[in-house]
Amino acid sequence: MAATTSMVTSLTFTIPSLGLRLPTRSYPCLKPQRRFVRKAASNVITATYELKAPPYPLNALEPHMSRETLEYHWGKHHRTYVENLNKQVVGTDLEGLSLEDIIIVTYNKGDILPAFNNAAQAWNHDFFWESMKPGGGGKPSGDLLDLIERDFGSFERFIEEFKAAAATQFGSGWAWLAYKANRLDVENAVNPWPSEKDKELVIVKSPNAVNPLVWDYFPLLTIDVWEHAYYLDFQNRRPDYISVFMEKLVSWETVNTRLEKAKARAAEREMEEERRRKEEEEGKPTNEEEDDDLEMYVDNDNDDSEAE
Amino acid sequence: MALRSSVTRRTLTLGLNSTRLLPLSRSLQTFSLPDLPYDYGALEPAISGEIMQLHHQKHHRTYITNYNKALEQLHEAIQKGDSSTVVKLQSAIKFNGGGHVNHSIFWKNLAPIREGGGEPPKASLGWAIDTHFGSLESLIQKMNTEGAALQGSGWVWLGVNKELKKLVIETTPNQDPLVTKGPHLVPLLGIDVWEHAYYLQYKNVRPDYLKNIWKVINWKYASEVYEKECA
Repeated sequence: MAATTSMVTSLTFTIPSLGLRLPTRSYPCLKPQRRFVRKAASNVITATYELKAPPYPLNALEPHMSRETLEYHWGKHHRTYVENLNKQVVGTDLEGLSLEDIIIVTYNKGDILPAFNNAAQAWNHDFFWESMKPGGGGKPSGDLLDLIERDFGSFERFIEEFKAAAATQFGSGWAWLAYKANRLDVENAVNPWPSEKDKELVIVKSPNAVNPLVWDYFPLLTIDVWEHAYYLDFQNRRPDYISVFMEKLVSWETVNTRLEKAKARAAEREMEEERRRKEEEEGKPTNEEEDDDLEMYVDNDNDDSEAE
Repeated sequence: MALRSSVTRRTLTLGLNSTRLLPLSRSLQTFSLPDLPYDYGALEPAISGEIMQLHHQKHHRTYITNYNKALEQLHEAIQKGDSSTVVKLQSAIKFNGGGHVNHSIFWKNLAPIREGGGEPPKASLGWAIDTHFGSLESLIQKMNTEGAALQGSGWVWLGVNKELKKLVIETTPNQDPLVTKGPHLVPLLGIDVWEHAYYLQYKNVRPDYLKNIWKVINWKYASEVYEKECA
């Protein structure tokens, strides 16, 4: 199967503290036959994906989110996504990829492949548990608050907009606060007036398992609005659930940490872009060989049409 | 108990004397919650009374409220020639109108056991099912598989293509009515697989809900619709 339609070569790096690994969009592929191939060196079968526990006991979010909800939501729903993902991935070309890589590959630019739902939902739920904490809520501070005020006018306006997004995501899905630092990936386009405003906070909502990683945004905060997330505690009253989430559960510290990483990654990417542009100007060959150590590929020699 | 689907007719005039009907105004039909032809608890133990009450009085009613609101806004936008707003309202109409359409069918698809719920279809529909699917069990298995595999929220349908006179099994996402899958498709029976339809009782085990709901499926209604389309 493999991701033959995608010609993205994925450069990943590990952010030490949270173990978050995110693919950066690398230089557009010059060799049209380039595909995902497994590196000869990595013969080790990577450990399967594990169900991580929330960073607090299952009853710690009461009375705002009941222990019963956590038992089902984490203990059944989330667990099932992880177990089914493992079953789907074993023995395929996806094996060994990071969760984020699987998400990007199987999203397949919207033409979703089978493992996407389980992979994305596994990731989404990890991200969701970490977005909350006992005694959460309140207001962010520092850079995060400044950016919120810059991009939404005020903290109150941000809350309104976020709640509206969560309430109007019809059917199952998620609402997100994300950091958007990308531009159109057009080869010869240069941003004629680069400014800090190119990088901004956005509120987005997504259906079912989709998350902003597929749009190359950096997610900062999420709320699960699948009915299973709130039905035991709130039944049909989604707006009440959303309010309680914002007022009592959000971990602004976590959001802040994520924002710092997002800014760091955006800065690194800019430096990468600069370096590449300079090299191009100076007529040097591309540096893709140098990045071999970090690239992960999926082998599908059988499909290689050049062999005909 | 006959199913009452009450509909109110209101005439909207553009702020002028409401006792006179202006030639250009069109009356806007709004909708209200149809009564269930059985008590909330009558489908137990297949579907709990708690779920039936919430499903009917909260979820369905909310779809109707929002549908009416969207229709009023649409009516106004049409009269003003405000095309942007007309287009903008389409998704609200699809969500909420679809929700109303689908749930109205759903209540008729269910019946207490003592009123025939679960009794297999006979006559032309029974024969068509056997011909097309091999057996009722095979149809049920196929629908349950499709229903369980549906990601997120939606419906699984047994429908009939009224042009080809053929039975079909389809799923639709969210509140999309069956007709969005094909203009000639008529729903005979729909099973709501939104989590609100089963969560309080079955939690994450949707397959158990699907297994049990057949005990209260009202095949009489499905047969009537089938015969009407395929007479």
